[in-house]
Amino acid sequence: MSNIELRQITKDFPGVTALKDVSFSVKDGEFFVLLGPTGAGKTTSLRVISGLERQDEGSVLFDGAPVDALTPADRDVAFVFQQYSLYPTMSVYDNLAFPLRAPLRRVPEPEIRKRVEEAAEKLRISHLLKRKTAHLSGGEMQRVSIGRAIVRNPRVFLMDEPLSNLDAKLREALRVELKHLQKTQGSTTLFVTHDQIEALTMADRIAVLSEGRIIQEGTPDDIYDRPATTYVAQLVGTPRINLFEASRENGTVRVKGSELHIPAPIATLPASFLLGIRPEDVKPDPGGQFGGTVVLTEPLGVETILHIESGEQTLLCLVPGMTSLRLGGEVRFNIVQEKLHCFGLDRKRVAS
Amino acid sequence: MDLTIHDGEFVVLLGPSGCGKTTTLRMISGLETVTSGQILLNGRNVTWRHPSDRDIAFVFQFYALYPHITVRDNITFPLRAQGESRETIEQRLNEVVRLLQIEHLLNTRPGKLSGGDQQRVALARALVRRPAAFLMDEPLGALDAEFRETMRAEIKRLHILQHATTVYVTHDQIEAMAMGDRIVVMSSAVVQQVGTPTDVYYDPANLFVARFIGSPGMNLITGHFADGVVKMPGADNRYSVLPAWRQPLQKALGGEKDAVVGFRPEAAHIKPEGALAGEVYASDMHGAYTMLHVNMNEMDIVHIRGDRQAYYPIGAPVRFDLNPEMVRFFNPETEAAIRREAAQ
Repeated sequence: MSNIELRQITKDFPGVTALKDVSFSVKDGEFFVLLGPTGAGKTTSLRVISGLERQDEGSVLFDGAPVDALTPADRDVAFVFQQYSLYPTMSVYDNLAFPLRAPLRRVPEPEIRKRVEEAAEKLRISHLLKRKTAHLSGGEMQRVSIGRAIVRNPRVFLMDEPLSNLDAKLREALRVELKHLQKTQGSTTLFVTHDQIEALTMADRIAVLSEGRIIQEGTPDDIYDRPATTYVAQLVGTPRINLFEASRENGTVRVKGSELHIPAPIATLPASFLLGIRPEDVKPDPGGQFGGTVVLTEPLGVETILHIESGEQTLLCLVPGMTSLRLGGEVRFNIVQEKLHCFGLDRKRVAS
Repeated sequence: MDLTIHDGEFVVLLGPSGCGKTTTLRMISGLETVTSGQILLNGRNVTWRHPSDRDIAFVFQFYALYPHITVRDNITFPLRAQGESRETIEQRLNEVVRLLQIEHLLNTRPGKLSGGDQQRVALARALVRRPAAFLMDEPLGALDAEFRETMRAEIKRLHILQHATTVYVTHDQIEAMAMGDRIVVMSSAVVQQVGTPTDVYYDPANLFVARFIGSPGMNLITGHFADGVVKMPGADNRYSVLPAWRQPLQKALGGEKDAVVGFRPEAAHIKPEGALAGEVYASDMHGAYTMLHVNMNEMDIVHIRGDRQAYYPIGAPVRFDLNPEMVRFFNPETEAAIRREAAQ
């Protein structure tokens, strides 16, 4: 497997800049996730790396050597798409063997058999090898697509929203399997998604993309605990982070339009700023420092989302289990001071 | 299928695609006829009544707004069609737009609105009629994740304020849990369970409900029950059944046989001296917590919810305990839950 580096990549399409000065590197054996909404430039990044798209500026390097002059075939990358793109009339075995039988590779049949059977075992599809792919479920088809990438033993895996077409339960299961597989294989993987849960749970590192630029790059812990902008803060976490206009008043922080008066978490706060509080950092407590009214409860089973009204503001709070708190009732709570997030009016994180 | 929905209740029909939830909704509305059986509205048999004669408002997944007329005209359309007076129309319009906070959009055309605002307008148009019941078919399905969360809360708040009887169809168990007074879990045209969110989460009626509710679903591990102990997969994994459960299990299984042990991810706790063991298959960070996936034996994987601080490398051996009050049992043959009370 290889490491990959993008150096100052810019790519324009007629009327739109898809990527603007994008640089990042994926280490050998790393699971790297590009996270962002539709149109952020995620897929364009993958296409530039694979050579399917040619960048206007910048350079792509594999193991430190530029590959800009290489054709897609010579770059030796394996793609897994959202759509399965399998040959429906062929058996699973032949679909998996297909890339190895390409004239360029011409792998001997015994070697093909070995690699196909190995991949099938890893993906738990050994019992399906004789089946025609048209008769498989969505989850099985995506396993075969991943298997077809694995047998090639490529320098890097490029995965473009491979789980998006599956239903929620299957997505959950395959997410865990894919992560296990990647970690035990040590394959360099670049994975594109718009789903923040996929990014947090699978990635070693995440790059958050928006409008063709990287907003933040870091581990899932960095992204979740120290979001660089309000955009990133709101992108990760369910329910979404509480974000309030706030002002600094003699060493305390006052949330606009509410009773929330909190000791300032950072010494160097601007007079006006945005205060972020993750819902799990609002903790109901009978002796709590703050008070409010429960205006809505959303029981999810493992936890309950409370909507607490304080003045004109509504604060979301996440509590374990099913709550006995009643609608319209008063609730007292604390806020975990060390986990407050402060952003300037430019929406950038204020360093502590 | 038998189901009674009470006045003012918010009932969710939940199930995977093709389970019959939309068909149920369409039969209630009259858009679909029933093969056999009856539909009653306030005790009145409406089985063969025309949809327009049932006093029900339908909110579709797709906004179905008229693109060429303003938001105001879209909302008031059903009232004008009914020939309501100008004053009534104005009054009801003002009421709903204030409730949904869309006053500023009245003169805009739907095409210029965001997905969330279009959905608010669609809701306003349904509300303005003050129907006897609302039928909503995946109204949030087309919205992206962040809007879905917001609109989910808004629809529920609206229901709390208005208390209009609502039947809501979704395939999303989180939506069903968050919104429903009661949930009707359906699969393959059969009602699997009717209950409150607490019922379907803690006491699922069968394996389907146990798997379908929760993210991930309930851990379900088959083991052999004998002498008050369930022998689970793995070298020495023995779960000692609470005394109160032993009789009911004996009776329901008809002796010492295989049983499915079910527990939610938060019912298991990593402990060095835990009675059960496995090795870490994967561990992932979800923001507020970490989910640990533990392989008990040959892909019998259980999901255990832990706090963020915990870090476990793949392959590491771990031991864990189950909170016995949160353990449930199922008959592997019938797939039905075994109830503790049943034997008493």
